[in-house]
Amino acid sequence: MALTAPYVLEYTYRRSVGPVVGQFLTGLRDQKFLGMKTSSGRILVPPPENDPETGETLSEMVAVGDAGVVTTWSWVSAPRKNHPLQKPFAWALVKLDGADTAMLHVVDVGEGGMEKMSTGMRVRARWKAERIGHVTDVACFEPESPQAVTR
Amino acid sequence: MSEPKPKQDEPIKRMLAPVRLEFTVSAGRDKTAFLGAIIEGRILGGRCPSCRKVYVPPRGCPTCGVEMVGDIPISDHGVVTTFCTVSIPFEGQTMKLPYVYASIVLDGADVPIFHLVDGIDAKDARMGLRVRADWRPPAERKPTMESIRAFVPTGEPDAAFDTYKEHL
Amino acid sequence: MATREIAVVSFAQTNSRRNELDETEMLLPVITEAVKRSGIARSDIGFTCSGSCDYLGGRPFSFVMVIDAIGAWPPIEESHVEMDGAFALYEAWVRLQHGDIDAALVYAFGKSSQGDLPDVMVTQLDPYYVAPLWPDSISLAALQARAMLDEKRCTELEMAEIAVRNRKSAKANPHAHLKGDHLAANLLGEPYAVAPLRRHDCPPITDGATAIVLAAGDLARKVCKRPAFIRGIDHRIEPHALGLRDLTRSPSTKLAGERAGVGKGKIDVAELHAPFTHQEVILRDALGLGAEVDVNPSGGALGANPMMVAGLNRIGEAAQRILDGKANRVLAHATSGPCLQQNLVCVLEAE
Repeated sequence: MALTAPYVLEYTYRRSVGPVVGQFLTGLRDQKFLGMKTSSGRILVPPPENDPETGETLSEMVAVGDAGVVTTWSWVSAPRKNHPLQKPFAWALVKLDGADTAMLHVVDVGEGGMEKMSTGMRVRARWKAERIGHVTDVACFEPESPQAVTR
Repeated sequence: MSEPKPKQDEPIKRMLAPVRLEFTVSAGRDKTAFLGAIIEGRILGGRCPSCRKVYVPPRGCPTCGVEMVGDIPISDHGVVTTFCTVSIPFEGQTMKLPYVYASIVLDGADVPIFHLVDGIDAKDARMGLRVRADWRPPAERKPTMESIRAFVPTGEPDAAFDTYKEHL
Repeated sequence: MATREIAVVSFAQTNSRRNELDETEMLLPVITEAVKRSGIARSDIGFTCSGSCDYLGGRPFSFVMVIDAIGAWPPIEESHVEMDGAFALYEAWVRLQHGDIDAALVYAFGKSSQGDLPDVMVTQLDPYYVAPLWPDSISLAALQARAMLDEKRCTELEMAEIAVRNRKSAKANPHAHLKGDHLAANLLGEPYAVAPLRRHDCPPITDGATAIVLAAGDLARKVCKRPAFIRGIDHRIEPHALGLRDLTRSPSTKLAGERAGVGKGKIDVAELHAPFTHQEVILRDALGLGAEVDVNPSGGALGANPMMVAGLNRIGEAAQRILDGKANRVLAHATSGPCLQQNLVCVLEAE
């Protein structure tokens, strides 16, 4: 048997976020999602600094909804230590209302399991009470209840 | 996570992005054998079948790119080829300042190891000084080089420069 | 521009499994073997290039330590990519195009078992929007698999059949890690790992190292009976953000395949770097491979998945079939990044 030793790699990075990511994170703190409008009129969420097709520098940020549609999802029955939720949950790409692209986050279906998930379902952000300007200011998305659709 | 909270009306300019990954690293075959011998108070080397040089610890020969053959017992006596005097404090130090940290070629080896030199005033440290391992008692040894507390002078006459000039 | 003829003349790999060796110890015998099989003296190798990832062992600049395995004395010309070794092979191919040297050594190593690999892979993700959520590599692949199922591009049964076929093929590969006979119907009875992926849809965690020697035209013909000539090699990358991509297609693979000339002739064997079962479907489609093509006779990445090595292994396994006289025209593919973000395609031929 070879000798082994525990070894921990830990970086306490504090990243400069720049104007685009900064505005998006500031938006999260203020409980809203911002997208980036491209010259072709598409709205990308989360916002990139450059047009992924042309490389053009982008700057026109617009608000989008905090609810949207699940475009694909996967189900975690046994969360890993670092996962945002410590109960069975779904990863999902969520296309927010008004956006043309989907962003990654988690969905908490409440009671029940993966039978509550389906592609195309509507979900809405559940915001944390204390927000610091971070993607986890959105605690998770939740299935949108029928009565909440009037918005 | 002790980032001061930004004021609620200021734009976000920074974010914390901590990364913590836990590993179980393997010492591998050669270092496992080497550190196992250290617990027993022995030092092992390996001889390159191509250039015939003896490396401590045993390892793949870095100049020939071939595996070494056998575990060669190496003396725990050697010669200081070069050294530095440490006068600044930092975490984890076991010696009283100022102390000597040296490159030591053990008798029978072709490459040096690095270790502390004790039992001598820092100002008296010198190239060519003959030293020997001061082993910790067997019960205190662990599979690390700290099982040798330090190297101490043997009292022998200094080695002539020509005998170690190839190992600087 | 006419490209110089470059061929794979030798290939050696570790018996992939989890081992107790350190990185240099894994590599040394593999490099020694590849150089020996090449018939080219170490001193005649003009360039050395490697692929690896520091995060696998958590040690910055870990590639510097393994230089011991190549015997860098007198000082050699060397380079490294923090990527799969297949991309190191691309760099070596470009270097050989300069025309002043005739042979290059390419190697890759990955001791994947030292950390929590699915979490380690998070470090390659966007650090602002994505990585803070810690989406592990299996969860992200599962998002892609769900999209494939939703689009009816494959079924869970077909995914299980891909696992069955790869692990059966792996039985004939002494270097493979996971091998055996399974029934797809039985596999579907297993619980999900991260739905819709089950254990059999995911690659094993493998330690391994591989080395390949490349030689230019005349030297290749002199030292090797049947050199595997690289007739086309290209790699392409897509945007990183998953939401910007159609996860069910791989346009980067398609483009790289076209540029490498995949369609110019019949492909006998294709070695595809598809760590997850559904990714084989995406890659077959992107490369236009029909049922007549023998895909992953080695067992692929589902049989052994040493990180940063598995892509280079695809080139080695495909080339070996030419070296052994078992095939005339083969394709190798390597991938990098989440959900097939970056893809390399290489076409090799016998003369």
